[in-house]
Amino acid sequence: MEWNWDHAYAVLPQLLKGLVITIEATIVASLIAYILGLAIAIFKMSKSKLVRVSLYWMTEFVRRTPILVQLYVVFYVLPDFGIFLEAFTCGVIVLGIHFSTYTSEVFRAGIDNVSKGQWEAAKSLNYNPYQAWKHVILPQAIPPMIPPLANYLITMFKETPLLAFITVVELFRAADQYSNSYYTYLEPMTLVGVFFLIVSIPSAMIAMKLEKKFKPIKVTR
Amino acid sequence: MNNIIQFENVSKSFGDLKVLNKLNLEVKDGEKLALIGPSGSGKTTILRILMTLETIDDGFVSVNGEYLWHEKNNGKIIPASENHLHKMRDHIGMVFQQFNLFPHLTAIENVEQPQILIKKRSKPEAKDKAEELFNLIGLNDKKDHYPHELSGGQQQRVAIARALAMEPKIMLFDEVTSALDPELVDEVLTVLRKLASDTDTTMLTVTHEMNFAREFADRVLFFDAGQIVESGKPENIFANPEKRRTKEFLKKFINNVN
Ligand SMILES: Nc1ncnc2c1ncn2[C@@H]1O[C@H](COP(=O)(O)OP(=O)(O)OP(=O)(O)O)[C@@H](O)[C@H]1O
Ligand SMILES: [Mg+2]
Repeated sequence: MEWNWDHAYAVLPQLLKGLVITIEATIVASLIAYILGLAIAIFKMSKSKLVRVSLYWMTEFVRRTPILVQLYVVFYVLPDFGIFLEAFTCGVIVLGIHFSTYTSEVFRAGIDNVSKGQWEAAKSLNYNPYQAWKHVILPQAIPPMIPPLANYLITMFKETPLLAFITVVELFRAADQYSNSYYTYLEPMTLVGVFFLIVSIPSAMIAMKLEKKFKPIKVTR
Repeated sequence: MNNIIQFENVSKSFGDLKVLNKLNLEVKDGEKLALIGPSGSGKTTILRILMTLETIDDGFVSVNGEYLWHEKNNGKIIPASENHLHKMRDHIGMVFQQFNLFPHLTAIENVEQPQILIKKRSKPEAKDKAEELFNLIGLNDKKDHYPHELSGGQQQRVAIARALAMEPKIMLFDEVTSALDPELVDEVLTVLRKLASDTDTTMLTVTHEMNFAREFADRVLFFDAGQIVESGKPENIFANPEKRRTKEFLKKFINNVN
């Protein structure tokens, strides 16, 4: 089998369209993962044991089952119950929820990382809880969260080909479609790999820079 | 003179451990008080109750003529609301053993921010006040440094300035020199001495520095097991303690020091 530049050029427009979908999916899914993750972290600090325990098991459940299975369930099984979602919507929701169980740990570790003495100092100066969060806790909690959150963004980017299994024509499926029509996998799949590298390597380098700058917290669990 | 602080039969437990047992304590306006006593006797707990960092189980605490942990509602006495606590906290400031400066702010920002947020002072007003206090603590040249760039003694002096900027009637100091290297203790105590002689702020100081307690305090309280064992003028407590437990404590202490 030999590299054929004609195939490489011909597949390029489809791949670029796929790349746009991949990036869109990454952005929307990560927004869901961040916002939901923060909400989970806050509710996991709830005074109610019921809330804490149910959240614990919900997040364990989501984390311990494969993303692919979750995608299939949401895309192919929910319609049986009258819930129809577009493939893209399904995909970003499942990815977002899956990764929110991880980002919530980052948020929680970041908040735990601020010592109790900081809360007490704020209270002794008569800060109300809102002022304490805004001016004392979050400014200390957020910087060390940035590197691990950036790393999850890169991980989510790499997981987007899973959406191909529920018919989303992202980068990987775009290449696959071409391969199936022209019976050549070499050029499309090589280019897919190259595209992923072109995006992930600089992102990983930025994440590493961030790690140097912000001294990330250790997420233990 | 009025009592600015009053504890009436205050009890406090942590689980099964009874830390305060029907404690009665009165502090006069402007008084400088030193609290001494063995570890675990409840000294910190008293300060933390006053700062509203710890609740009480029973009894009444009054600050500036009002209940701290209760309020009156239609003639009935009910547990204090967050609003009431917020109002009462205005009278009180606290300095901690571990300084607890805000690490993301410079020294002077640490002193300015609470004034701007809580006292609603303008930025220039807050800055003026902060600079005046940096003069007092002798740290003018370090005011733009971050806490991690300062020594422990310098951080503690900034923490004192931060509490003073809020102009509380009552200042609480909980072993503010215990986390410091010995050579840094004196610079902090010097600031406290200056405050004691120059202001009419009521000061409650928990300390293991007996020499400091002797010169600083109008009155020394010796605590043991959540009870005031003995209280009196420093010269009496240190020279002629009446109670056996006080004698033993002071003897052990002085032996340890020398
Ligand atoms: N949050 C808490 N939970 C459980 N026990 C506590 C708590 N805070 C204090 N205690 C216990 O209450 C007792 C009194 O504590 P406190 O800190 O008031 O003592 P102290 O006189 O300040 O002692 P030290 O000289 O060691 O600082 C101690 O036995 C302590 O272990
Ligand atoms: Mg203590």
